[in-house]
Amino acid sequence: MSAPAKVKDGPEYAWPHPHVIGLETLSADDIRHILRTARGFADVSTRSVKKVPALRGKVVVNLFFEPSTRTKSSFYLAASRLSADVLDFSSGSSSLSKGETVVDTAKNIEAMGVDVIVVRHKESGVPKMLAEAVDCAVVNAGDGAHEHPTQGLLDLYTIAQRTGRTDTFDLSGLTVAIVGDIQHSRVARSNIYGLQKLGAKVLLVGPPTLLPGTFESFGCEVHHTFDPVLERVDVVNMLRVQFERITSQAFPSVREYASVYGLTTQRMKRMKKDVVVMHPGPINRGLEIESAVADGPNSAILQQVTNGLAVRMAVLYLVHGAKHAE
Amino acid sequence: MQVVADEKQVGELVAALADKVREAMAASSEPWAIVGVRSRGDVIAQRLAETLKPRYTGSVDIALYRDDLSEIGPQPTVRITEIDFPMDEVNVLLVDDVVMTGRSTRAALQVLMDFGRPRCIRFAVLVDRGGRELPIAPDFVGLTMTPEADQTVEVHVRPTDDADEIVVFERQPSRSTQPTEADA
Repeated sequence: MSAPAKVKDGPEYAWPHPHVIGLETLSADDIRHILRTARGFADVSTRSVKKVPALRGKVVVNLFFEPSTRTKSSFYLAASRLSADVLDFSSGSSSLSKGETVVDTAKNIEAMGVDVIVVRHKESGVPKMLAEAVDCAVVNAGDGAHEHPTQGLLDLYTIAQRTGRTDTFDLSGLTVAIVGDIQHSRVARSNIYGLQKLGAKVLLVGPPTLLPGTFESFGCEVHHTFDPVLERVDVVNMLRVQFERITSQAFPSVREYASVYGLTTQRMKRMKKDVVVMHPGPINRGLEIESAVADGPNSAILQQVTNGLAVRMAVLYLVHGAKHAE
Repeated sequence: MQVVADEKQVGELVAALADKVREAMAASSEPWAIVGVRSRGDVIAQRLAETLKPRYTGSVDIALYRDDLSEIGPQPTVRITEIDFPMDEVNVLLVDDVVMTGRSTRAALQVLMDFGRPRCIRFAVLVDRGGRELPIAPDFVGLTMTPEADQTVEVHVRPTDDADEIVVFERQPSRSTQPTEADA
């Protein structure tokens, strides 16, 4: 038995947020509290009974206006493991994509007596709008190119786990590169906010068309080639090239993108031996990441998926409590 | 605040509790696990384990299993549950610092059962202060007390607290958002 962990966020800290819309609006203390809570949930999936009764009798709604398999499944399973009932309301139809209607839809669902709405939408700002319109707790599962907070949180958790920092969740001294289509990526934005708040240095790497210079205002180093930063980074987060969001010709060819920005075994040889390789999935094998790297010992990709469950359980648990305390 | 037992007396109570448990442990040929309830029962469990040398040790956090989650406002802090052994077919000694209503004990029992099917569970507690609201009875008790209903009994142990002691004090009239272990 290890010595009991010192409680750094004792009774004086109480989680205050009934909604999680983005990591931009959370403090470092808030983020660390979620990650510590997630640490307590991590073992639930290894038990004989993979359920805890924390949200027994509560209702969580998945309100997805954009196709999603893994995030939706992860939220579904997270809510189930907290013993909540889960209602799945998904629609890809364009008639539901207008602002007014989204609120109406949410209010209708809320009227059925739900406690937490998990929302994904292709437009930035929809989760915030819903949070202001409804009485129940709202969790952002990704809005446009704005934020994907639970993905950011699970990335932070995975980095802390791989670098042995789950006692403090302090990422000071780490250099993290986010590579690829930064412009269209909500994952990148949530990662930038979260990483900087926990003390890490963030490098952004991508072609100028997908990484405009305006990102320097985030306080990140901006690089348009990958090779010069390889030796420096402790963690590399390879973003998916989102063909569905790229409208103009952002780069000359897939082959050229792969040769300049792809994470290949050749590039791996130049990186730190214990560099952590991450990817939010789904991966385009051979484009942003080579199969041998994605499946290699440095890859934390499946660990990210596992941690996603614990992090989402923590978020659902915390927002529900804060909502109830209001 | 009144100190009922100081560092030396707490040490004697733990040693006496260990003696009571030792006999029961020797009577079974199956392996034993000593499991403490966070965040003070686990310290007592650790001390018992040092002298009793069970096959396994562990700790449980009951935050997610409380029966008053919706009533207490902000969610209690979730800590790590450490059960790194197969729960099936072991004898478990569950250890807590104080038992009052029995509600945290009920929650702890449910956590244990969610890990498997132990052969048996015995319950050891440093202080039984009475006031049960559930049919829960400890098998081994260090100290039995009968304080007034509005008094709170707390066991303080290093390293969770600054000293080893048992104290009694008048309960605050307003209920805190993070109830003490004895309230749970």
